[in-house]
Parts: sequence; structure tokens; C-alpha cells
Amino acid sequence: MNLTRRSLIGAALALPVAARAETFAGAYAPKAEPVAEGVWMVRGADAPILFDNGGMIANSAIIATDAGAVLFDPGVSLEHGKALGALAQAVTGKAVGRVYVSHLHPDHALGAAAFDPAIVHALPATRADLERDGEGFSDAMYRLLSDWMKGTHVVLPLGDVAEGEALFGGRRFRLFAMQGHSAGDLALLDEATGTLLAGDLVFHDRAPSTPHADLVKWRAALDRLTAVQHRLLLPGHGPLDRDGGAIAQTRDWLDWLEAALTQAVSDGLDMTEAGELPIPARFAGLKAARYELQRSVSHLYPGLEARLLPRL
Amino acid sequence: MIRKKILLALIATLAAPVPAAFALPADPLKSPMWEYHAERLFGGATVRFDPAVKVEIPEIAENQRVFPVTVDARALPQVKRILIFADLNPIPVAVDYAPRAAAPFLATRIKLDQRTPVRAAVLTADGVWHVSGNWIDAAGGGCSAPPVSRVKGDWADHLGEMHGAAWALGGTQTRLRVTLRHPMDTGLVENIAAYNIERVTVTSSAGTPLADLQVFGAVAEDPAFTFIVDDAKGPLTVAARDSSGLEFDGVVTPRSATLAAR
Ligand SMILES: [Zn+2]
Repeated sequence: MNLTRRSLIGAALALPVAARAETFAGAYAPKAEPVAEGVWMVRGADAPILFDNGGMIANSAIIATDAGAVLFDPGVSLEHGKALGALAQAVTGKAVGRVYVSHLHPDHALGAAAFDPAIVHALPATRADLERDGEGFSDAMYRLLSDWMKGTHVVLPLGDVAEGEALFGGRRFRLFAMQGHSAGDLALLDEATGTLLAGDLVFHDRAPSTPHADLVKWRAALDRLTAVQHRLLLPGHGPLDRDGGAIAQTRDWLDWLEAALTQAVSDGLDMTEAGELPIPARFAGLKAARYELQRSVSHLYPGLEARLLPRL
Repeated sequence: MIRKKILLALIATLAAPVPAAFALPADPLKSPMWEYHAERLFGGATVRFDPAVKVEIPEIAENQRVFPVTVDARALPQVKRILIFADLNPIPVAVDYAPRAAAPFLATRIKLDQRTPVRAAVLTADGVWHVSGNWIDAAGGGCSAPPVSRVKGDWADHLGEMHGAAWALGGTQTRLRVTLRHPMDTGLVENIAAYNIERVTVTSSAGTPLADLQVFGAVAEDPAFTFIVDDAKGPLTVAARDSSGLEFDGVVTPRSATLAAR
């Protein structure tokens, strides 16, 4: 590759950020919505990461325990993580005692910077992912979010989460070590309330994103999640799911996406054409659908071509 | 260093000398580099911003190293050349395409260095350049990641490996898609010399040249090209040559199934 990361960032920052800096007065104001006894959902914007939303696009969850609040996904930046920590303190009456990072993506992970690394936990695969990609994510987020990212340094989570039961502050969780959206996707079931925190394995009324996806593994993870008895499901993006529709919707999108792109390669389309494919009417309620389709073309198309176009 | 590279890349595509002054239309994209490029690429020729040239690009540059661009100038008669260029790239011109017996249509993928206009310039037989394009903000986006780069230590094992297929479009046209394994080194990375595919040609079974494409280092690694050629009869020969003189070729037989015309 011809371009160093530094030159990319330097050049890219030159124009838009100068304009932004003068007007920056952003402050994160996440809101907690009670969804079950001692469980709050913090909704992200159902949008791409944009300067206008400060990158606050992923959902987080707060769970009250005797040993302090559990924060599931600490947000995109130092300030976002701090705001979520203050919110957890406000609604539970206790400071955050444990943080879980569901997977590597920056909108979920970089807010760990606001917490003592000794209380930030993730799957071993997620720690390895962030060791590899954390600095790159951080650069990309500074590029997009500039002042919102102020003071954010990559804090690696302890890679010490394993599948199974966990007891914290008198509250019992079941932890699931999965993959498919990424190489390490953590899901958490709060046993007292039957609330399932699905991370980005489940999107709801917002198109799934696929930058590190393995679609076969993702479908297997959805099978497992379906089999986990739960009353409520908190998706990584989009509104709370009370009727089990979100898992099916995520699967429906992934199935359609893979079939549509496979057909596009077989029909001789190039990437821009595949990115303009019609999106079925049943996905009309999904936010960011065209945006994610075009991103998925970028992620998946070269691999499909290598597999499906005959060797000459 | 970078300036020198710009000049080198430009010289390769330059035909006419640059006159002291000539009338350029104002750039609808207000690019800081418009005049610089236009004077060098178009000489004193007439230049027109023309929506008849369709430049199709995604809404976002998810992967700055592999940014797809499709140029469709089929609304224009007698097209001689198609340039794809990005004003603010260190190597601005990505391809210079002569559709000899082919529709004025080309899809490929380029590298982006930063937020930049991406344009096509289409020369018609009357000597007029028809230009179109748009800005693209080269940043990763959403729940993600900088480019998902395929880190390959094995490029030499697969160098020149070609994949492809062709589809009869009905009538006398064939849509041809070819991918080629090649690092496409730009020479802008320390200690890695420029090394890229320089030329790709498509020839009919009767030996008629159909498509003649000059390729520069701004084209993405493992280049992919889509052509629409005017021959639907026999196998098509695709030949490529890189900057070290290596030559690669392959033969594609159009699939009999006719696709709906695109
Ligand atoms: Zn994610």
C-alpha cells in the first residue's frame, strides 16, 4: 500500500476538522431507560458513526448489583465512557464495578478508556482483536469524531471472560462466548430478569454491519441465541426486542445479503452495481440499510469474486 | 517527492503541450486541483461538465484501498478515451481507457488518499472532453473499522493469477469481468518500489483489438475490471503486462445464458 496511516490522517484532517473545531461544544448525554428490575438500556443513535452523533451509536446496558453497576459496552470514547459511568451511578446509586466489552468494534469498545483496566473484561479473542486493531480504530475515530475523542487512549480489556456462569454483586449472569459478527462476540443473560444482552450478534430495525463478519459462524450464533430462554433482548443497535423478532430479522438480512451478493457476482455485476441492488420491501423499516449494503459489498465482494469467478 | 510522482503519473497520460492560458469551465466541485489537472490532462481542448457521463461510486469509502468506480458514457457518441482520476490522490490518474470496439463503459477499483473528487473524463471524436464526478470522503465508517485489508504474505505465489467470466448481453455485446492478482505498489511507501500492472488489452478470437487500458499505480491491489465489448462470438483473450515486463494472459468464453441488458 502506498499511503502511510499518518499521511492519510494528516491529509484527511486538514479541512473538515478545522471547520469543526471552532464550533465544537459537544457533550454526551446518554439516557437510561429501565427495561427490567435493575436493568437499564442506553440507546445509541440508529445511524452511522458521524460527527453529529459523537459516535454514540451503539446500545449499552446498565445492571445494578450489590458490588456496583455492571456496564455492558462502554461506548466510543473517553467522554462517552465517563458519561455512561455517571449515568450508571445516577440510576443504580453505585459506581461502575465491572465493565464488559462485547466485541472489538470502536463504537462499543474505546470508551473503556474511562475505567480502571482491572475492571474491564472481554473474551480473549476480543482482547487479541483490539491488540491488533485498537490503534487503527482509534485513528479512524479521531478522524471522524475529532474533539469527541479527546483524551481517548486504547485500553485493552482483560481477555479473561469464559463461557459459563458468573456471579457479581449477588447477581447471576450466564456468559456466552460466540463469534460471527466478529472473532469474539460476548452475549450476557441476566438470569433474574431473563434479559439477554446480545451485542452486535443482533441488530434490530437497523441493518447489520459486517466488517469482520463470518456469516456461517454468525448464523450458528443466532441459532444458539434463539435457544437461550429469555424475556427481553437488547440488541447491539436498534430498539429493545420484546417478541423475539430481532434475531429472525438479523438472520433474514444476512441470508438475503449473502444470496444477493452471490447472485450479483454470478450475474457479472461490479461492486458499485452490487451496492445499488434493490433492497427488498420487507427491510424498509431497517435504518442505514443502503449504507450497510454498500459497506458489506466492500467487505464481502472481493472474496466472493475470488471464489466464484473461474480461474482463467 | 509526492509532487514528482504526480508529474510522472501525469506525463504518462499527457498528449498535448500545455498552452499558457485557455478557458476552463468553473469546477462545480470547487476542487483546489481542478485547474492544475485540467490544464495538463486536456491541453487546450474544449472541456464540458456533462451529466451524460455517469460516474457511479458508493456513498462512503468503506475501504480506502479498494474504492469501486463505474463509468458509463454510453449516452455519448464516438468515445475515444476515458480517464478516471482523483484530484487529491498522489497518483491522480488511475486508468486511461481506449474502448476500441467496446462500449464506453468501465468498472474498476482505485485507492484513495484522502477526501477527494473522483472523476471521469471522456473524450469524444469531436475533440471535446466530457467531465463528471463527485467528492468522496475517504474515511472508514460506522460500527467499524479502518479498511479490512487482506494482509498477504503470499502475493508472489499468485502473481498474475487471473479470474474472470463473460456474459452475452444480447445483441452483439459481451460483458467481461477480469480480476488479476497483483500488489500494485505505488512507489510511495518507503523501501517498496513502484510495481504495477501497466496495460490490459482484450482481443477477439479473430484478433481484433476490443479494449486497450493503460493502468497506473492508483488502481487497487488485485485489480478488477469490467468491460462491455462489441463481440459476442468467440473466446476473448485478456492480456496484461506489468511494469517489470511480466506478461499474463487468459481466455474467457462467454456464457451462453443471456443476461438482461445493462
Ligand atoms: Zn460491531
